[in-house]
Parts: sequence; structure tokens; C-alpha cells
Amino acid sequence: MKLTLHVWRQKSTSQKGAFETHVMDSVSPDMSFLEMLDELNQALITNGKEPVAFDHDCREGICGSCGVVINGRPHGPQRATTACQLHMRSYQDGQEIWVEPWRASAFPVVKDLMVDRTSFDRIIQSGGFISVRTGSAPDANEIPVPKVDADKAFDAAACIGCGACVAACPNASAMLFTAAKVSHMGLLPQGQPEREQRVLSMVSTMDEEGFGSCTNHKECQEACPKEISIDYISRMNRDYVCASKNKG
Amino acid sequence: MELNSKIPSGPIQDKWDSHKFNLKLINPANKRKYQVIVVGSGLAGASAAATLAELGYDVKCFCFQDSPRRAHSIAAQGGINAAKNYQNDGDSIYRLFYDTVKGGDFRSREANVYRLAQISVNIIDQAAAQGVPFAREYGGMLANRSFGGAQVSRTFYARGQTGQQLLLGAYSALSRMIAAGKVKMYPRTEMLDLVMVDGKARGIVTRDLTTGKIESHAGHAVVMATGGYSTVFYLSTNAMGCNVTANWRAHRKGAAFANPCYTQIHPTCIPVSGDHQSKLTLMSESLRNDGRIWVPKKKGDTRAAKDIPENERDYYLERLYPSFGNLAPRDLASRRAKDMCDLGQGVGATGLGVYLDFSDAMKRDGEATISEKYGNLFDMYERITGENPYRQPMRIFPAPHYTMGGLWVDYNLMSTIPGLHVLGEANFSDHGANRLGASALMQGLADGYFVIPYTIGDYLAREELKDVSPSDSEFIETEKQVRQKIDRLLSIDGTRTVDSFHRELGRIMWNHCGMARTDKGLKEALVKIPELRDEFWNNVRVLGEGSDLNQSLEKAGRVADFLEFAELMCHDALTRAESCGGHFREEHQTEDGEAKRNDEEYSHVSAWEFTGVGSTPKLHKENLEFENVKLATRSYK
Ligand SMILES: Cc1cc2nc3c(=O)[nH]c(=O)nc-3n(C[C@H](O)[C@H](O)[C@H](O)COP(=O)(O)OP(=O)(O)OC[C@H]3O[C@@H](n4cnc5c(N)ncnc54)[C@H](O)[C@@H]3O)c2cc1C
Ligand code: FES
Repeated sequence: MKLTLHVWRQKSTSQKGAFETHVMDSVSPDMSFLEMLDELNQALITNGKEPVAFDHDCREGICGSCGVVINGRPHGPQRATTACQLHMRSYQDGQEIWVEPWRASAFPVVKDLMVDRTSFDRIIQSGGFISVRTGSAPDANEIPVPKVDADKAFDAAACIGCGACVAACPNASAMLFTAAKVSHMGLLPQGQPEREQRVLSMVSTMDEEGFGSCTNHKECQEACPKEISIDYISRMNRDYVCASKNKG
Repeated sequence: MELNSKIPSGPIQDKWDSHKFNLKLINPANKRKYQVIVVGSGLAGASAAATLAELGYDVKCFCFQDSPRRAHSIAAQGGINAAKNYQNDGDSIYRLFYDTVKGGDFRSREANVYRLAQISVNIIDQAAAQGVPFAREYGGMLANRSFGGAQVSRTFYARGQTGQQLLLGAYSALSRMIAAGKVKMYPRTEMLDLVMVDGKARGIVTRDLTTGKIESHAGHAVVMATGGYSTVFYLSTNAMGCNVTANWRAHRKGAAFANPCYTQIHPTCIPVSGDHQSKLTLMSESLRNDGRIWVPKKKGDTRAAKDIPENERDYYLERLYPSFGNLAPRDLASRRAKDMCDLGQGVGATGLGVYLDFSDAMKRDGEATISEKYGNLFDMYERITGENPYRQPMRIFPAPHYTMGGLWVDYNLMSTIPGLHVLGEANFSDHGANRLGASALMQGLADGYFVIPYTIGDYLAREELKDVSPSDSEFIETEKQVRQKIDRLLSIDGTRTVDSFHRELGRIMWNHCGMARTDKGLKEALVKIPELRDEFWNNVRVLGEGSDLNQSLEKAGRVADFLEFAELMCHDALTRAESCGGHFREEHQTEDGEAKRNDEEYSHVSAWEFTGVGSTPKLHKENLEFENVKLATRSYK
């Protein structure tokens, strides 16, 4: 396949970026999207040009490192698929492809296609945990968890923290990410003691980090490679209201 | 170099308890005066950093990913073992211990393995309390499955994402300690060398991967939990960033490297599709519980799987290992797949693949049941290959997956360098020559949550440790060496990319130090590797600057270390003239092609001392004593 690639190049956070165009002559349909970028980079280096920087690690759709906007869609066209798992058989000969980084003020561009997502870590640090010291846990079967609750908690816990939800949202909101963690823990008996404090702190950190608010576009759910449902956002909103009231 | 394993005396079931009692303690108020450097935020590193911080130590934690949550542990799929015996099917600490020693082909330390089996039960309690959403039965109790050839169901799992959920548990504990100001986290920061003061590990030199800044960090002890090195083969199931750099740098400073040649080749991975391939994807071993493995009986049979009648198929694992069948251990399943392909019975365009077929299971249990169990894996397979495993069998082939070898550690998880502790896949300790499925997660978390928190205190309490700081000459000198290496890499300006060298090294290793090894092949590799290394240092092209985010430079440093380490792996494989577990020497096999151990001569750990690049490393042996498990030929017939 022959493809025309427009890739975002930006030297650093403070410098301005722009698209750079490359024509790729022999793309195999069996390549993953990132392998196609690898090939581009090999060619760039051979021609004395600096390769395109992009985050990636597991290449199995689980670490959440990779993440680029492809023709306007985070992680590209395939449902429930990260960029590393997207394969070039989704494209046709002669197609033009635009690749750019996540765009959100809470995710500043580090270089080319890489962004700084440490704001997500800070949201978790503000309450995305159950305080249990190592060694203090009771026997695991002393806390029975109904299977339906465990399954629902799992669906939320499946979040890989890639940031596609933020990139897809017109307001660059991190509601889906935050709601997934709040719900994962809030659905489990172990998560009850800190449930109210957790939602209050995580939501407030989310706001401080500069993420936008949710105005129900549902784009996040569409873009999420783990298909996390926006029902968790409603659930978090209810928890939040409840916790705020109780706090008085 | 002295190898003192410090295995406590006494009956095996009492060793750990009595050892814990004998370990020195540090007064709670004094712990914060001790700085501990933890390199790595995978299961081993994150659990260690969080727990040490909870105890009161002042912890710094490092990882090269942009967040600690993305460490390679996240990719583990199948599950974690624990001797809970919740299924009432005859499991016990002793049985898990026994299975692990046997599975490791009698090349691990009994005392370490027994402790691991004991601690396994606490790990599940800890993880469940953290909110890890393990699979449950309808009554709300934890579910288990049998995994990797075990005859009891002792594996706990969270769908096909057990590693992810356990790591997110450890990451949440770590995040809590970061928020409390007890851990300072350094993401996108790579350790490039170890700093020694008075013969002890006292710090590290790092490169900030965003700004390129080289910096030193001083501490009272260093804990490395930097993972495995399967990426020495270039193509493996490991994440792209996995590397041997931290281990290799420590080895160069005096840490013995144990059993580097013990590599696990996993039987169920998606075959290579072309030269562009950057990594191989593992299909969870759990698939072998329901899938049947076969190849056509006829060589070079190009018919579609569905057109090959039942009597023209060879279900070779069921034929060769009637009692274990498709669940035969990983090393056997991998080698038999290779044999079939070598005989010309392989499937797929390259002939390097065998079928994993679910049609019988779907007939028996219905498509819905199979989809509930393996749906996510089937989807992943289809995404990668474009083929639907509900309609045609999967194609699988073995790929490098896990490295049992690693830095030598004593019972306290301390290397031969005082103060340098090594946890998780980075050490060599518990799996002998072959790791059983679902045991790596167990070991990483055992090391981090439940072993190092005890043993490091003993080290800190016993040693006289003077104050050191990054302005001391030892730190400045190490920083200088790190800078020189970077400058050299940037100044070569040759014609070949870093990746092209890595690929070539990978091919050498796969052909000569992979699934089957020979004296001749290993000697050939020992000629080719130094040649490739020389070419690398004369002809690699690394563009850009050191004072900037530079992914080629990061890779170049890692590949440079692999090019030294690969030689050690081959030396180790060459000197171990026997077959055991993941190390298969063609000269040493039984008539029917099974591994032939030589307990008389090789019942030892090979711990290697660095003697210089390109110079033959020095071998030290730690003899393995088997007092509880009788040495036997591993038979799965
Ligand atoms: C696809 C796959 C599936 C698996 N499934 C299972 C399973 O089902 N059950 C099981 O028990 N095991 C499984 N394993 C094995 C298991 O996942 C690993 O052995 C284990 O997670 C390793 O954990 P770790 O903490 O030792 O290292 P890792 O998780 O690899 O973490 C290494 C850490 O060290 C950091 N690091 C490395 N080098 C440096 C450096 N120089 N400077 C700074 N930081 C550095 C990294 O950033 C990372 O944080 C699987 C492995 C793979 C590849
Ligand atoms: S590289 Fe890990 S999710 Fe894509």
C-alpha cells in the first residue's frame, strides 16, 4: 500500500508545532499502526532526519502508553482498539492519514506525538486507593463480593489510563477516567469506608489540573479502547452530590 | 567473590519464621533517616516502594515509562498462584512448593521456593483488600482455575488482565504513599549506572528522559526491580522498553549474574507475520485448557484447517503426553511445536505455526461459554491476524517470554554487592530452569510486599553506613562515565539504525541461544556477537542531542548493553552441558527427545563475575541441596 502521512512535529512543549508530510510506498496490511511509524522512523534516520517521538511500550493494548489522534479520532477508526493494536488493513491504498498528539491543556505536548499525562497520576494520588497497609488484610474470602458487583467493578477497573477520553471530549474533560476509578472502588465493599472522601478529592483534583467539565457529548465512551461506559459518570455524579451533602 | 546464600538452618517450614525473628529491627522513629532507592515500578518495585514507605523509610522510586502504572507487569494475563486451597482439591503450601521445584527442573533453591509458597496466601489477601477485582463465584467467594499444567486449581485471576489489576493495586498503594510525601516518584527517568562507595551500593545515576539531564541520587540502599531481558531476542512477548541495562550496569560493578541462559519460550504466541514485526503477542496459556493443539499429519499440507479430516491430524501433545495432553509444561509444549515445524508439518504462510483449535470445546460447551471465558483473547487475535478464531483454529508459535536468570541474590534478596537488593524478574531466585505459569506475579509481589520489607531493615541495622551525597567523588566519576558513553553514541554518526543492530542480535540469539542450543551454534554466536558489537560502536547512527528527549539514544544505550550481555548468555549456555527446563542442549536429550539433566555435574547455580568486555567471565558455583524434594526425572507422560 502507498500512504500519505501528515505527522505532527513539535520540538518541545514551549515551541510551536506543525504537520510534516511523508509518503510511504510499501506499507503492509499486516503491520500495526505503530510498526508503520517504526518504518517511517527507520527511513527518517537513514535520511539523516530525526525520528518521530511517540509513546508506546506493551503494544498489546494494555499499558496505555500509546495514544495518537488519527484522522481526528483518538486511537483511530477501529472500535475498542488502541493505536498499537490497530492494523494497517483498516486503511486503503492511496489514503491520506493525519497523526497528531492528544490535545488538552492538562496534557501538554512533550515532543511530537508525546504528551505529559502526569495529571492522571495526580488524580489517583488524591484518593484513587483503598488505604490498607501491607500485612493488615483479612483472609481474602472474609470479604465476599457478589459476582455482579465484582464484574461491574472490573468493567470500570479495566481503564488503561491512556487519555483517549480526554482527547475525544470537546471540553477535554477527565470525567470518564475519574469516574472509572471512583466506581471501581465504590462498587466494592472494601472501598466503602473512604467512598465519600475519595470522590470529593478526586473530582477537586481533576478540576485543579485544568480538565474541562462534562456536558454529555459521550465522545469519551466512543473513543475508549476499553469501552468504559458513561453510566459510571452518572454514578460518580450521584456519589459526589451525596458526599457533598453529607459533608455539609 | 563469595556466594553465601544465607539460607537459615532448621526444618524448611520453619526457616522463614525463625529467620524473621532473627532479623534485626530498626526503631520506627529511625526509619525515616534511611533513604532507599527503588528502581522499577512493576509489581516488585511498586509493592516494595509502597511497603517500605508505609514502614517509614524515605523512598525514591524510578521508572522509564511516563507513569508507574505502565510497567511491563501490566501485560500479564493469566493469573497468580496461591496455596489457599479454597477449592478443597488437595492443594497446600507443600504442594505448591513441590510443584515449583519440580517445574523448575530441580535447579532452584528449596528454601526460597518454600517461602514463596508460604507467602503466596498473604498476597491474595493483600490484593483483595486493595480492591483488586478478582474473578468471583456467585456466592461472592474467589474463583480459581487450573493453569500452566497444575493439577489443582490454585490460580486467582481477573479475566485475562490479572497483571493489570494487580499492578493497579500496587500502583494505588504507591500513589497513596506519593500523596503522603513518603515516596518521591521519578517517571520517565532511566537508571544508567550504579554508584558504589566503599564497596557498597550507595546510589544511582539517572537520565531524565524528557530533558536529558544526568543526575545522581544517593541512598543507604538500592533496590532494583527492573524486570526481565527477553528483548535480547528483539522479538519477544515483552514490552518494547524491557531491557537489561540496570542489571548489566550492576553486574559490571560486581553483582554476580546467575543462570543468564535460562529463558522461557512460551508456546502460545501469535506467529511472526513479516519483517516489520516489532513484537510478538502472547495468547494466554489458559487457552490450552480448552483448545486442542494439532498439525496436519502430511508435510507441507496447504489445505485449510477445516478441510483436513480428523484422521489426518496429529494432536501431538495428547499423543506424547497422555496424562497432561495440551497442558504439558511450557518448555515441552514449545519444543514439540518446533519439532513439528522442523518436520515440515507447520501451518500458515511461513510454516512456523501450529493450530490451537476450539471447535471441540465449542461443540461441547457452546460458543457462548467459550466466548465468556476467552472472548477478549479471541478479539485480540482477530485484531492482529484478521482471522476469526470462532471459525478457524488459531495459529500459534513459541516466543521468548520470561527470563529465569537474573542477578544472583541471597535469601535476603541481596546481590553480591552489599546494599544492592534485587527483586522480581530481575533476580534469579525462585524459578530454577523453568517458571510455572502464574508464578511470576506471585514472586514479584512476594519479594516486594513481604520479603524485602523485613530483610532490608536487617541490612540497614547491621551496617555502618556513612553519609554520602551526590557531590562525592564516586558520584561525580560515575556521572562522567555515563556522559562519556552518551557522547560516544552520539558522535559515531554511522549508517545503520539502532533497531537494525537489535534485530540482528535478536536473530543470532534466537538461532543459537533460543529454544534449542548446541555447542557448535553457541561457539558461532560467541564469534558473531563481538563482531556485531564492534560494528555497532563504529557504524551506528544516533541522531539528535543528549540534552533533549531522544528515543534513539535511549534505545542505543540499551542495545549497547545487550551486545555485551548476549555474550554472557552464550557462555552460560555453553558451559551448562546438560538440558534442564528452558535450557535445551541438543547433545543432551533422551532417545525420545526429552531434556536430559546431569545432576552429578550441574546441580548448581552458575553465578558469573564480570571480567571486562569481550573477556571470558568467571564462573562461581552455588551448589543446590535437595533435602525435601527427591531429585527425579521430570515426567509428564
Ligand atoms: C505478555 C505477558 C504475560 C504474562 N502473564 C503472566 C501471568 O499470567 N502470570 C504470571 O505470574 N506472570 C506472567 N508474566 C510474567 C510477569 O508479568 C513478569 O515476570 C512480571 O510482571 C515482572 O514484574 P517485575 O516487577 O519484576 O518487572 P516489570 O513489571 O517488568 O517492571 C520493571 C520496572 O523497572 C523499570 N525499569 C527497568 N529498567 C529501568 C532503568 N534502567 N531505569 C529505571 N527504571 C527501569 C521499568 O520502568 C518498570 O517500572 C507475563 C509476562 C508477559 C510478557
Ligand atoms: S503500547 Fe501499550 S497500550 Fe498501546
